[in-house]
Amino acid sequence: MSSSLAFYVHIPYCARRCGYCDFNTYTPSELSLGSDPSAIAAISESYLDLVVREISLAKEVTQASHVPTIFFGGGTPTLLEPRDLGRVITAISSRFEVTPECEITIEANPDTITPEKLAGLREAGFNRISFGMQSAVPHVLASLDRTHNPANVERAVSAARSAGFDELSVDLIYGTPGESMADWEQSVDQALSLPITHISAYALIVEPGTKLGAQVKRGEVIMPDDDETADKYILADEKFNSAGFDWYELSNWAKSGSECKHNITYWQGGDWWGAGPGAHSHVQGRRFWNVKHPTAYREKITTLGNPMADEEVLDAAAQQSERVMLELRMRSGISYSSYSPEVVAGLKEYLAEGYLEQSAWQDGRLVLTQRGRLIADRIVRQILF
Amino acid sequence: MPAIPLANAPQPAQTNPAQIRNFCIIAHIDHGKSTLADRMLGITEVVEQRNMRAQYLDRMDIERERGITIKSQAVRLPWRSGIDGQEYILNMIDTPGHVDFTYEVSRSLAACEGAVLLVDCAQGIEAQTLANLYLAMENNLTIIPVLNKIDLPAAQPDKFAEELAKLIGCQPEDVLRVSGKTGVGVEELLDQIVAQIPAPVGDANAPTRALIFDSVYDSYRGVVTYVRVVDGKLTPRDHIQMFSTGVRHEALEVGVISPEPLVSKGLGVGEVGYVITGVKDVRQSRVGDTITMHNNPAKQALAGYKDPRPMVFSGLFPLDGADFPLLREALDKLQLNDAALVYEPESSAALGFGFRCGFLGLLHMEIVRERLERESNLSLISTAPNVVYSVTTGDGKEMTVTNPSEYPDGKIEKVEEPIVRATVLAPSEFIGTIMELCQERRGILLGMDYLSEDRVEIRYTLPLAEIVFDFFDQLKSRTRGYASLDYEPVGEAEADLVKVDILLQGEKVDAFSAIVHKDKAYAYGTMMTGKLRELIPRQQFEIPIQAAIGGRIIARESIRAIRKDVLAKCYGGDISRKRKLLEKQKEGKKRMKMVGRVEVPQEAFVAALTTDADIDKAKAKAKE
Repeated sequence: MSSSLAFYVHIPYCARRCGYCDFNTYTPSELSLGSDPSAIAAISESYLDLVVREISLAKEVTQASHVPTIFFGGGTPTLLEPRDLGRVITAISSRFEVTPECEITIEANPDTITPEKLAGLREAGFNRISFGMQSAVPHVLASLDRTHNPANVERAVSAARSAGFDELSVDLIYGTPGESMADWEQSVDQALSLPITHISAYALIVEPGTKLGAQVKRGEVIMPDDDETADKYILADEKFNSAGFDWYELSNWAKSGSECKHNITYWQGGDWWGAGPGAHSHVQGRRFWNVKHPTAYREKITTLGNPMADEEVLDAAAQQSERVMLELRMRSGISYSSYSPEVVAGLKEYLAEGYLEQSAWQDGRLVLTQRGRLIADRIVRQILF
Repeated sequence: MPAIPLANAPQPAQTNPAQIRNFCIIAHIDHGKSTLADRMLGITEVVEQRNMRAQYLDRMDIERERGITIKSQAVRLPWRSGIDGQEYILNMIDTPGHVDFTYEVSRSLAACEGAVLLVDCAQGIEAQTLANLYLAMENNLTIIPVLNKIDLPAAQPDKFAEELAKLIGCQPEDVLRVSGKTGVGVEELLDQIVAQIPAPVGDANAPTRALIFDSVYDSYRGVVTYVRVVDGKLTPRDHIQMFSTGVRHEALEVGVISPEPLVSKGLGVGEVGYVITGVKDVRQSRVGDTITMHNNPAKQALAGYKDPRPMVFSGLFPLDGADFPLLREALDKLQLNDAALVYEPESSAALGFGFRCGFLGLLHMEIVRERLERESNLSLISTAPNVVYSVTTGDGKEMTVTNPSEYPDGKIEKVEEPIVRATVLAPSEFIGTIMELCQERRGILLGMDYLSEDRVEIRYTLPLAEIVFDFFDQLKSRTRGYASLDYEPVGEAEADLVKVDILLQGEKVDAFSAIVHKDKAYAYGTMMTGKLRELIPRQQFEIPIQAAIGGRIIARESIRAIRKDVLAKCYGGDISRKRKLLEKQKEGKKRMKMVGRVEVPQEAFVAALTTDADIDKAKAKAKE
């Protein structure tokens, strides 16, 4: 059976937690390792042993033949030693076919990047880096609890380029409390001045259970209104376009051919295996996810050989919901030929209001315009109910 | 020992009218009528101590909770006078205590020869009490003035004795002082009832005439009709006939309430009791009607019968459209016990299927709604209440409008609206405030009198429509709760009225149309459009909200198109979570009503139809 399986490898560690972040990640003090960030390195080896065991499990369960993309996310993967991360890549390539075209990405904190580390990552097999830039403006970074010096981003990206990385991306966040339109423009311009091939830009989401969530709830922090955030999206989209970055998903822009293949797998309903605590997988219409805490993960994988917490089998309706929800986010859009006349009539109103591309509509597809991308969830609801 | 053991007391149908005293208690809501009644039940020993419970006579939960009596009852109390040592039968007829039930009160009064005017001696007389007092005086009832709650530290018996004496024309020292709570003065009051109130007079040999002063539906027994026999007698198996309808029934059971039902051999002249005929609907046994005998009918009915006439109309719609049959069933059931409630199916583009309901007044409306929600577990939206208009169109046609949606579109010759005579009692410091409110509401001052040094009675004529629109709440809040209000219909008057429609994206929303005075149309329009702008969520297009009189726009707002409705991130682990959120939103969409292309959340309808006072009330309730 010649099937493909993408890999996501979760590194659940950070030196410190940012106020807006609700990802499944833990700081040394939360893991009772004291306050020294280097404590992470000490446990990384044994943690990655567990990940390797899970990769064996993935082979057993899926019997997939090849791996088109591998993505190390976190947490802060660059806290770990490149040679340790390399063991994971080796574990994958020894069980699955991994060709030189395989996209192998690592998320990087600009502060933890050195030329030596970059060389090590190249050697380990990585060929793409996604930098957490977030903003070029110090007070905005401070609001986000990010500690890096904006100048580090430029240094890190250039160093990555010098180390032989061709595919470089930065993540930006807009709509941070206190961020002005000029602040945002400065971040966008700064990102575009870097030697990169890809940009992700996300409106800040206030998640319950985070420090920011609590501050907003208590009224200590006021989130900017949605109209202003929409204006920021439009500003960024215009500038990215002018600089040759085209949107291919509503929060992602790339130079031609530099789209992130791994993320496209998520949006197109492909199969992937997420290894590590709390990681989600999707294999042939079934979603399952691991236990969240690193300690529980270790427990489960060592005693049962399987870290899964729960699973769901997607019925036809759920698959259809997900397809609409995900594919409409992409520039490739989605065909509406199978929709009921009522749904099509509803969509025609969106077409008339300029939320859908006219030319794509003529071809039987729904493709969101710039305005349409900003209300994508609403259009999804229009289609689904 | 003035109490008489029940078994030894004069029996129904065998009691000499000279031994009977029929009286009622006129009192304001919280002036202690129920406590005094409880005390009378105890002292006369018709209720044994161990069976006593607070507010014994108030049957319904709503009555007990709100401290008001909706339906009257009549209790037979044997009493040996402490003055002459003779045995008497006292029939205490309870009266409803609210403005909406004036007619029912008048029928209860017509069944009595005397009234106890009961006033809380810490508060003084209230407007509704005053109105009922005047009603009793018009009926030539003997009034026994009584100050209650003399045990209270805040009691001012001398001051209020003066006030009562002035009102009914007696001496302040004639005013009795009692405490229903401690029992002080209650025996003396019973003796005075015997001494002062005349015995009933009637002709035992004349054809039977009995006044229906109440009729209550009981799910086991059918309708229980409360009567006062004026002439002749009522006995079981009699074929009785209703004067107003000519309908015949057999009296299956005749009895008295003491205070539990007690089957009797009949009721004679002057006696008060009940008749059960097996009918299932109180409309067949109407308050104010006269019962006579089919084979020997009286020539003339007792005076004063009126059909109940609804004064206030409102649409009631189930929040969940699927509950419509349940609402119909609930209304049908309620009507068995409420001859004044009328309703017919109504369909609203915005609110779906419901009923247009007519009520005696605002309290009646509130009680009906609360009973529907409570007893049938329904959630209801009610449209803003309105009164009944007589409209004459350009071509001379006359029509009655009980629903703004029926208001004719073309040329209108004239519109007439119901007018009431309102009486406000309040401390004199609020005269200015009250006059200001009444002027704002198109009131015309009729007169003003000082009841005492610092309390006034202010009389106005006002359009009923103005009272229906949060007048009472305004009056209470502007007078810090001190003012009381009573009103009675006094006819119709022509007025400069218009219908204001509310349009969403050019589509009329029937639930928000209102008939208002021309000078207030703009205020209504801006209030409603402003409210809706806040309540309706932004959608993918701009939504103009307009208020219009016919084709003329008088106010406008607009809800700008939504700019952002998307979550920026959607990666591996987000997908399940996002799909589940969608499923939840699907549920939410079911609670949306479509007005043309505009999605309006049900909460927006509820909130837009709710006055600020309602919101305050709901908040206060939530706090309890």
